[in-house]
Amino acid sequence: MKILVCVKQVPDMESKFKLNTEGKWYDNTDLAWRMNEYDEYAVEQAVQLKEQVGEADVTVLSIGSDRVKEPMKKALAMGCDRGVHVVDEASFAKDPFEIASIIATFAKDKGFDMIFTGMQSQDRGSAQVGVLVAEMLGLASISTIVEFAYDNGQVTVRRELEGGLKAIVKAKTPALMTCQLGLNKPRYPTLPNIMKAKKKEMLTLEVATLLQVDAVQETTRMYFPEKKGGGIVLEGDVGNMVNEIITILKDKTGVLA
Amino acid sequence: MKALLVGEYRDGKLLGSTYELVAFAEKLGADSAMFLVGSESDLPQYNGTLYFADISKYSEFNPTAHKQLLLDVIAKEQPEMIVFSHSSYGWDLAPRVALALQAAQVSEVIDVVDGNLVVPTCNSKLRRDVKSKTTQTVVTLQGGAFGLSGEPSGSPTLVKVETDAAAQVEFAGYEAVEKGGVDLSKAEIIVSAGRGIGKPDNIEMIANLAQALGGEYGASRPVVDAEWTEHNRQVGTTGQTVSPKLYIACGISGAIQHLVGMKKSEFVVAINTDKDAPIGEVADILAVADLKELVPALTEKINSL
Repeated sequence: MKILVCVKQVPDMESKFKLNTEGKWYDNTDLAWRMNEYDEYAVEQAVQLKEQVGEADVTVLSIGSDRVKEPMKKALAMGCDRGVHVVDEASFAKDPFEIASIIATFAKDKGFDMIFTGMQSQDRGSAQVGVLVAEMLGLASISTIVEFAYDNGQVTVRRELEGGLKAIVKAKTPALMTCQLGLNKPRYPTLPNIMKAKKKEMLTLEVATLLQVDAVQETTRMYFPEKKGGGIVLEGDVGNMVNEIITILKDKTGVLA
Repeated sequence: MKALLVGEYRDGKLLGSTYELVAFAEKLGADSAMFLVGSESDLPQYNGTLYFADISKYSEFNPTAHKQLLLDVIAKEQPEMIVFSHSSYGWDLAPRVALALQAAQVSEVIDVVDGNLVVPTCNSKLRRDVKSKTTQTVVTLQGGAFGLSGEPSGSPTLVKVETDAAAQVEFAGYEAVEKGGVDLSKAEIIVSAGRGIGKPDNIEMIANLAQALGGEYGASRPVVDAEWTEHNRQVGTTGQTVSPKLYIACGISGAIQHLVGMKKSEFVVAINTDKDAPIGEVADILAVADLKELVPALTEKINSL
């Protein structure tokens, strides 16, 4: 079985963001980077599927600068077999249609039986790329899965809907799944596996060889939301803060009255 | 401007979010028509053309058929904008339609300013203005961003549509929310734990504060996903919607899905080390502090009152 899993590198969302000089994206310097959280579930599911079926080969793909080799190395240490790094210094400026097109062009003639992606990225959050890739390849796809089972070419999943409701959906492979948080428990790479991962193949491709479309949308401006204000901000000594909170709660709410 | 609104049906009922699409069209001053795969027993109160397909024939999750039905309607209506809710239905179907039209899709739109679609980025810490480069644009609207179109009224003109597109996936039914446990929707005081509590043992600290206040404790999604507490305590889009008198958010950054679940709280206290966390936008009090110090101190003080 041939499996593809796509990962994106994103900043830690707790970061202090600054804007880049064009004011169209965040500044890439001085950020702590990590694998997009949704993609960790995708990697784990790909590796679990490989472990289940025995004979399988898992390719992890990522688009970006050299820096994105880090989450790819993590994916390899989690159990993926080979990496494909699509080198693109300007991947952050590409829209979901371009990104999906790059992945689909790569995957087109490779005969992947299963493709896993995160349901969205934590930074751009468009929730489009996975489904677009499947549509471009003419594959069945199921989005936002929180449970996955595979048996003999048949996939049965739970799709997460609003309010705790789940839909049970089945599909035949080849198919693409976009992974929601909580799908599984992503493993921590062990030291021996981190060492082994260093020897795994990392293919490098230039983005120009895979990108055949133009962007269909553009970011004209990025900015910080206006502070609505009104709220009281308390800082400093914890003891004082406790007293202030209690005073305000007594004053403004029926609680503690 | 002409907009096609894609209404939404779930578990046999029209979703109220369908009216948010109407409000969006009104805000834009757009002529609208609506598309719905639903049942005639629960039609939207909408004054306009409703392109209607029977859900008993096309199921509630059959993206291939729903896409084809929509594309046929789009070919007839030629809307400039195709409008979905940013929901599990919308984010699944919208990219399929966008690709078929070779149109831009802009997800999670919260506002429209000078022709730019405004979307949140990086957990709502930033905003982007986005412009579509295609003549047709597919959008998904963030829940609650555009309100409802007043009291829904009217009756649609039905135009029935059909397709014979074969399904690529099989919808095998729903699995209901696990029942029992706590019902946070009725709690008057809720203290919620977010990822910022750091480790599962710290749930106890949150529960203690809730108990001191005579309330219940809740949690954000990451805490539930990590199995630090059970799902029926989750507040947010995929958990419970709550409306307590007091909501204390501990170590919760304020992802939009969480904010949607607790925005009806009367008074919100947020405890967070990050002064810029989006939770600050909805908090009446933002205490910038280490919750591991503040929560026990607050609990102790309340117990001593």
